[in-house]
Amino acid sequence: MTQVKRRANTKMVPVQSDAIVPERDADKAPVLEARHLGIEFGGLKAVDDFNLTIGKTEIAGLIGPNGAGKTTVFNLITKVYEPTMGAVLINGRDTHGMNIVQASKLGIARTFQNIRLFDQMTVEENVRIGLHNQIKYNMFTGMLRLPGYWKQEKKQHERALELLHIFDMEKLADEQAGSLPYGAQRRLEIVRALATKPSLLLLDEPAAGMNPHETEELMENIAKIRDQFQIAILLIEHDMSLVMGVCEGICVLNFGRIIAKGTADEIQANPVVIEAYLGKKKEGQA
Amino acid sequence: MTKAKRNRLIYNIVTYALVIAAFILLQSMIANKSISRSLKGQLVPICSWIVMAVSLNLVIGISGELSLGHAGFMSIGAYTGAVVSGWLLNSFAVESTLLRLVLAILAGGIMAGVMGALIGIPVLRLRGDYLAIVTLAFGEIIRSLVNVLYIGVQDGHLCFSFLNRNMPEGVTMLVDGAKGAVKIKPISTFAVGFVLILITLTVVLNLVNSRAGRAIKATRDNRIAAESMGVPVTKYKMMAFVTAAALAGMAGALYGLNSSTVVPTQFTFNQSINVLVFVVLGGLGNVLGSVISATLLTVLPEVLRAFSDYRMLVYAVVLILVMIFTNNPLIRSFADRLIAPLKQLLRGKKQGGDEA
Repeated sequence: MTQVKRRANTKMVPVQSDAIVPERDADKAPVLEARHLGIEFGGLKAVDDFNLTIGKTEIAGLIGPNGAGKTTVFNLITKVYEPTMGAVLINGRDTHGMNIVQASKLGIARTFQNIRLFDQMTVEENVRIGLHNQIKYNMFTGMLRLPGYWKQEKKQHERALELLHIFDMEKLADEQAGSLPYGAQRRLEIVRALATKPSLLLLDEPAAGMNPHETEELMENIAKIRDQFQIAILLIEHDMSLVMGVCEGICVLNFGRIIAKGTADEIQANPVVIEAYLGKKKEGQA
Repeated sequence: MTKAKRNRLIYNIVTYALVIAAFILLQSMIANKSISRSLKGQLVPICSWIVMAVSLNLVIGISGELSLGHAGFMSIGAYTGAVVSGWLLNSFAVESTLLRLVLAILAGGIMAGVMGALIGIPVLRLRGDYLAIVTLAFGEIIRSLVNVLYIGVQDGHLCFSFLNRNMPEGVTMLVDGAKGAVKIKPISTFAVGFVLILITLTVVLNLVNSRAGRAIKATRDNRIAAESMGVPVTKYKMMAFVTAAALAGMAGALYGLNSSTVVPTQFTFNQSINVLVFVVLGGLGNVLGSVISATLLTVLPEVLRAFSDYRMLVYAVVLILVMIFTNNPLIRSFADRLIAPLKQLLRGKKQGGDEA
């Protein structure tokens, strides 16, 4: 009840003035629009007045100190939480009242900060879960092994291998997902998310636990994925070399509020951002 | 063919082959009259317990939800089967025992499936321990209800009541309250039981290796990730639960029609735990294991009748041991080290075979 009331009170403004998208996407409808997005947990405003627009093929970064609310923003966009304020629009459609599954069908896919693979299933089966809504047949076709089963299973298998090829992981197709090395698990999560044919891919700390060499590889792959699939990517990352290297638009969050938005160069030179990360110089200190 | 696919195929073939071989062996033993009377009497119950174990494995091992009310679905199937069979004989004069049995089993399955769906809607919103407690309660509720259920048949009409005195005069009682389903004509046969096992195996094994089955397993492994991939979690949990309930109902009908009476006390909480022991001992998610453990644990108590007082005690100890040995990383790694040379040996042999 209170939610509906609050939403009605949301102040609406003509398209946010601070929205930035890459020039090539300027004439296309944005993939994601977050408008005055916010959530309260029992009086604590975890995220407040969050505005973000992501262009159709943009690679955007979401950074900020620990506990700034970055993952909460992801959870709001993917409908793990229902926002108490504001709205999320995916491809122009309001996601109010939708659940995680419906949001996924609109074209959002994500990876998780603490890897959430289907550990007891094989690598290929993990990707096939991503294909769940892409290549379908019903339960009885499966139980009775009707011709549709064989046809669709074959399609799923081929598509899964095709997707695994992005990270050269076809050879691992039969391995148990839980037994993969850490880096491979992170890559598998990305492949699985891509299998859902998203228009917006959310990556939650994709480089966590990777060495510099792996991070560099990941950076190239993120760009490659964008070029190949023509999708938008929003990533949370603490590794600044990755963020500054690959992100076009960057958004800095602190205490649940956006403190800066801009390109990599602008963000690096922004005194507010530096203060948020390193703290303020005390008066009188050199 | 990929390695995983081949392993799966081999596993399925072994499962079917073992069941079929056992059936042929037992049938020939029956033909030769070289089988003991007590074992012969056990054949149909073994079939129903196998179906029970495999179907419960679908819920516990594959869908990952602990259900403690499986005997409840079995009792629904047993009662429905007894009533349908009695009704068909009494009112429609269906003489063919096979037809009556098949129809009774189908009715038992449908009834239990419908009940499974009704219970599943509220219950599957719960997780873990809560789900276990609610299913346990459900099993007890079913038992209490059939304890006061009276069903009679008169002139082709069925009469239901929860009060004995409401029954009209001259009615033929099919279910008589605490006395249970009475005057059943035992019509279950080993062959039908065998076919039911095959159907169960086909349904469960085919389901596991299909789109729906993968969705069910994904839900078990990580609910949030499954939802994020666009898998409607509740739907697939429901699918597994209802399928298992329907199979348990079929097993119940087969079991009930094997004797002349079915009483509510046959389907207590202990019986649900019995089936749980079959599943855990056979291995969660391991269908072949369920088949073997259900068979052994049904035959053994008969053979070891002298120790029957200690059965539940031994089950408890065995369950605890299984938990320790499968979940303790220290013991597991120790066991792995013991098995490793054996595996190496097997692998070496296989590679040799490939080269030859």
